[in-house]
Amino acid sequence: MKSRTAMTVVAAVLIFFAGYAALFIAPEERTMHAVQRIFYFHLSAWITSFTAFATVFAANIAYLTTRRLEWDWLGVAAAELGVACCTIGLITGPLWARPVWGIWWTWDARLTTTFLLWLLYISYLLLRGLLEDPQRRAALSAVFGIFAFLDVPLVYVSNRLWRTQHPQPVILGGEGSGLDPTMAKVLLLCVISVFGIMIPVLVDRYRLERLRHEVDQLRFEVENRGTDSQPIPTKGRI
Amino acid sequence: MTTARAAAIVLAKELRLEFRTRELLNLTVVFSLIVVVLFSYTFEPTAAESRRYGPGLLWIAFLFAGSLMLHPSFARERLNDTLDALRMAPVSSFAILLGKMLANLIFLSLSEVVLVPVFAVLYNISLAGVVGRLIIVLILGTSGVVITGTVFSVISAHARMRELLLPLLLLPILAPLLIAAVEATALLLAEQPVLDPTWVAFLAGFDIVFLTASWLLCDFLVEE
Repeated sequence: MKSRTAMTVVAAVLIFFAGYAALFIAPEERTMHAVQRIFYFHLSAWITSFTAFATVFAANIAYLTTRRLEWDWLGVAAAELGVACCTIGLITGPLWARPVWGIWWTWDARLTTTFLLWLLYISYLLLRGLLEDPQRRAALSAVFGIFAFLDVPLVYVSNRLWRTQHPQPVILGGEGSGLDPTMAKVLLLCVISVFGIMIPVLVDRYRLERLRHEVDQLRFEVENRGTDSQPIPTKGRI
Repeated sequence: MTTARAAAIVLAKELRLEFRTRELLNLTVVFSLIVVVLFSYTFEPTAAESRRYGPGLLWIAFLFAGSLMLHPSFARERLNDTLDALRMAPVSSFAILLGKMLANLIFLSLSEVVLVPVFAVLYNISLAGVVGRLIIVLILGTSGVVITGTVFSVISAHARMRELLLPLLLLPILAPLLIAAVEATALLLAEQPVLDPTWVAFLAGFDIVFLTASWLLCDFLVEE
């Protein structure tokens, strides 16, 4: 439990410094001015969410090869985290785009892919809620998770091909090209601090899933005991 | 028994079952007709406008029809308790899946055979000279719908709210297929019809990726 508290304290300190650095230390961008500072957390959220979705994919494959429910718990924990981070990315994106591009949203390849990614993993989570048996839930949702992840490059490529055949309304500036060294350092700090928050959350979510599984098993045992040899416990008078 | 032979037996069983009643086909054809008619209210169906919006609406109709018609594929087996019998059959699970996929491909293609001419008439689109190339696009696109759709119909058959769940799982996965199929069809219906090799290759790639994935993962789908 001590390590858990230590992780939280470190994460809190890190995110405080990251926020400060993004707002005050990073130099102001020449054309976009202050609004560009949202970029540090926008990109951090995106990196975290993509890492989380890749973790889901790895956990799905690991479950199907080993048949250990632990991988399934990791899968659901990472999927929820990924959806949460993806939501942050999808909210901060339009907030940044509106003053800079003049529009909230454009159907560009990267935006469309992210949006579909978000929808696919929400479907993954909804599917899990509708399957009863733990082993079957794990196996079937793992198959869906693998299909969803395979779909992501296809979505990206198809949008890329499609949009290059049409004039593009907004040209995305390559953020990676020629980033100011201070900006890069601040960005790195932000990415680390977002991971610093997300890892304890992931660990907690995994523990919660394990506890849920234990509760289900205990409940199952109690119910079976009732029907086998022992009398059914009565609740008051009939 | 070889996979091909087992798949053929499953396919024959599916066809026999369907052509006894033709319930699925009738419902699918009428449903896609309704979609096509309703879409005509959303824009002025002149020849030029139809060429712009027609391909999209045609494929949306196919995708919706597919996401509804693929549901009974495994749900029916589960309701009649025949899924266990299928599982016990001494054939590979991919054979079962493949037989079902082929049957669904035939059903969806048959409803497209009805729908496409009706669509061409209603929306003033001339198909003369492009039928052969259009069939290539239709088969590649429809294969993608039934490959993913059949796999997901196994998943949704085991879930609660299964009727709603299948479209929810299937339609977002089909987004890249929709783009490719619509673009390929639009280029065929243009003034100068061309069969765009990029989109055809993309559609074939989509089919290959998900057919391979189904082959690798089929044991986990059909297991007890």
